[in-house]
Amino acid sequence: MKKVQFDSRLTPYILLLPQLAIVAIFFLWPAAEAVRSSFYLEDPFGFGSTFVGLDNFKDVFADSNYGRVVRFTGVFTFCVTFFSLAIALVLAVKADKVIHGSSAYKTLLMWVYAVAPPVAGLIGIFLFDQHVGPIVKMFKALGWDMRIGVNYNDTGFAMVVVAVWKQIPVNFIFLLSGLQGISKSVQEAAAIDCPSGFRRFWTVTFPLLAPTGFFLLIINITYALFDTFGVIDVLLKTQPGDDPITLVYKVYQDGFRGNDLGGSSAQSVILMVVVFVLTVIQFRLIERRVHYN
Amino acid sequence: MATITLDTVRKVYGGAVEAVKGVSIDIADGEFIVLVGPSGCGKSTLLRMVAGLEDITTGEIKIGDKVVNNVDPANRDIAMVFQNYALYPHMTVYNNLAYGLKNRGMAKDEIDRRVKEAARILEIGDYLDRKPRALSGGQRQRVAMGRAIVREPAAFLFDEPLSNLDAKLRVQMRVEIKRLQKSLKTTSVYVTHDQLEAMTLADRLVVLNGGNIEQIGAPIEVYDKPASTFVASFIGSPAMNLLKVKTDASGLAFETGAGLSGANPHGRDRYIAGVRPEHLDVVPAGSPEAALTLKAKVNVLEPVGAESYLYAECGDGGPEIVIRVESHAHFEPGQEIVLSAKAKDVHFFDADTGRRIDG
Amino acid sequence: MNRLKVGDHLILIAGVLFMVTPVVLAFLTSTHDNIEIFRTGLQFDFGNEFVSTYERVLTKAGGFTKEVNGFVMLKNSLILGIGFAVGKIVISMLAAYAIVYFRFPLATLCFWVIFCTLLLPLEVRILPSYEIVQKLGLVNTYTGLIVPLIASATGTFYFRQFFKSVPDELLEAARIDGAGPWKFFIDILVPLSKTMIAAIFIIMFVYGWNQYLWPTLITTDEGFFTLVRGIKQILQVWIGAQIPAYNDAMALAILAMLPPVIVVIVFQSWFIKGLVESDK
Repeated sequence: MKKVQFDSRLTPYILLLPQLAIVAIFFLWPAAEAVRSSFYLEDPFGFGSTFVGLDNFKDVFADSNYGRVVRFTGVFTFCVTFFSLAIALVLAVKADKVIHGSSAYKTLLMWVYAVAPPVAGLIGIFLFDQHVGPIVKMFKALGWDMRIGVNYNDTGFAMVVVAVWKQIPVNFIFLLSGLQGISKSVQEAAAIDCPSGFRRFWTVTFPLLAPTGFFLLIINITYALFDTFGVIDVLLKTQPGDDPITLVYKVYQDGFRGNDLGGSSAQSVILMVVVFVLTVIQFRLIERRVHYN
Repeated sequence: MATITLDTVRKVYGGAVEAVKGVSIDIADGEFIVLVGPSGCGKSTLLRMVAGLEDITTGEIKIGDKVVNNVDPANRDIAMVFQNYALYPHMTVYNNLAYGLKNRGMAKDEIDRRVKEAARILEIGDYLDRKPRALSGGQRQRVAMGRAIVREPAAFLFDEPLSNLDAKLRVQMRVEIKRLQKSLKTTSVYVTHDQLEAMTLADRLVVLNGGNIEQIGAPIEVYDKPASTFVASFIGSPAMNLLKVKTDASGLAFETGAGLSGANPHGRDRYIAGVRPEHLDVVPAGSPEAALTLKAKVNVLEPVGAESYLYAECGDGGPEIVIRVESHAHFEPGQEIVLSAKAKDVHFFDADTGRRIDG
Repeated sequence: MNRLKVGDHLILIAGVLFMVTPVVLAFLTSTHDNIEIFRTGLQFDFGNEFVSTYERVLTKAGGFTKEVNGFVMLKNSLILGIGFAVGKIVISMLAAYAIVYFRFPLATLCFWVIFCTLLLPLEVRILPSYEIVQKLGLVNTYTGLIVPLIASATGTFYFRQFFKSVPDELLEAARIDGAGPWKFFIDILVPLSKTMIAAIFIIMFVYGWNQYLWPTLITTDEGFFTLVRGIKQILQVWIGAQIPAYNDAMALAILAMLPPVIVVIVFQSWFIKGLVESDK
């Protein structure tokens, strides 16, 4: 850390106390509890619980519905990450280029960051509404009879569109600042060495943007896995089990609606492993980014 | 005002890296000491130990009569000027100067008097209400100095304070620091890697290398009698020419090839001989033998205005040497020249240890 | 060259339209009469029901219990947003200060305990978290709503990064000037962090305001509903109705996004700086 530090005996602990207390009560305890109850079968009416070893995990993996949810989560995460990054990249490259009105574009493209996912979902409901939604009308003209909330694929499609819309601003902000961080002299050198603007982008700008890109990749995967809960919850209408949902939503559904505590906890633990891996990668990347600067 | 005494001070990092290897210096009251050396020589570590910003592994540091090994920096009665100035960016210049005094519970009028006085001396009175970011590099430097002056400390510590300034401003501030120190008569320890700064400022120089003291002495003394090849090459610009020589029946000779002659001064087999560029004269061929005579072939002539530097190759494929010549001298590349140096200007060093051989 | 520039602007304008149109449509539609919307679809002009719709949404009690109106939810959202941001900043600044500026035996352990919270988002430990808050009797309280959200160390991470970038010499100069740990924190570090604090406040305010899952679980009493939390409730009532109150629901959506959007737009430069420089 710092070359010079204070050598005070009690002060650091006093400073850390509030944070540590909150972490212990509202993080360590629940996390431990989640791991513990993944090995127990809880009585739904609250009369004790029995140790069942890995049975909960076996049940989860044996459940065909879980496989369906895994598949949807995979497709959903890929689509959201890919489209929101791709669209944001195009917009960031263009916004970095234009001189007139660049700050107006920037503001107009980033403000959606502040919209809550369920609010985005709510607006999505209107746009995809059976009676009044302009998007549904538009696709009807093209011969696609969309039935959001009824048809599995149509609902999934709407979720992807809303989730992408909501995520473009974050990617845009990071990519634009990444582009602006590329030194002018490097760009000028490239302009002299390489006459084709398109080629210049792929051979010079894009590789220099790679650290930001990798970092955003993780951010986007995390977003698609967890932060889209509100979008999904709002867009769902019909029976559980027949709807496109992600893994996190299933944890919630089984735990709070289905009262399957053990199964829900086992799913939590599986997700914890996934997040753990993602976060470790992310930290590696942050360290790298710091070194680049 | 106080003396500062360092007694076999050592600094070991992490139990392994020895940054300072047992350094002893006695600094007189009011003296201006400059610690000079290349980066990594331990000069900054030494200064920071005097300031109390680094622990002392072993040894003892005294300010005045008091051992300060375990005294907080704030209670050592020292003031420090940092390389990046370390001004508090959110405070006005006035508050930057006053902050240390306020923390000591000094009366408001006294603080005001001292700040105004320091501002007057440093000519920063007009900027007292500004924040550091609204100042130029030179002005920030003055504020950093002011923060040291208002404290009226027993000693000033300077950690490369001029290295962030451009060349012109550096010369100007150098003169000013010297003038200020002479009028305040405050004991000062100044760290720099710039030998010119060291020469011009110091009452005494301490040349450090690899955590050891190579030489302590007045600047001109260090220049005239460098204690080692390290000091010889570090002090003086362009650096002293150092030539590996052996001896044979006729006296001195290059280890490889011809082109050098002179008498063997100390009766040894091998030496490193040193001659400063300004002590080599171009003489007509066939002149009488001097203490050292060299035959060389001109490579490049480099005029710098007031003088010119001649780069020439000794003998056949011998070492390249630098000679100072007058500004309008004319030489052609490839031209053969003869150089001579007087006995008092030729330094001899041990071929293995690099230490000076006297007598 | 000129042709290229026009192309760039066209792509950007298309992007802007994609981002802005849905919200503009929602707003315009909210200013129209319910039945009109039902008959003719989403509206593309400004209607004359603006005042009456927003007045109704803000003041008329809705939901199942008919106890909560827009103003109450707005108040709760503000409490959550501001309470979360302030709490997080205070707690994480203190913790980051201890971690960066102090040498103490358990430093490494404390660091890892705090930073392992970054590994698991609330969503994956939602069930046990809920149970613990329930055990502590904090359901339907602001404490239960806000404090568990603070458990993640994002703020501490931001401040740690920032403190590490503060030049060491500043601490050294302050120590020579006689400042101890608390004095250095209050006189030097806090004022130096002003921009950083502002940036983190904005990010955290938006994050707190936009919380959905946690408030959904913790606040069952409608008196504690936030605007974002209220959306689901509105939706459930709305789905049951014969002619859905499209205008009310859209007005609620607009109200729920307005404060964070304004904050983000007004303090845009701070917000972007905070977001990008602290690397999440």
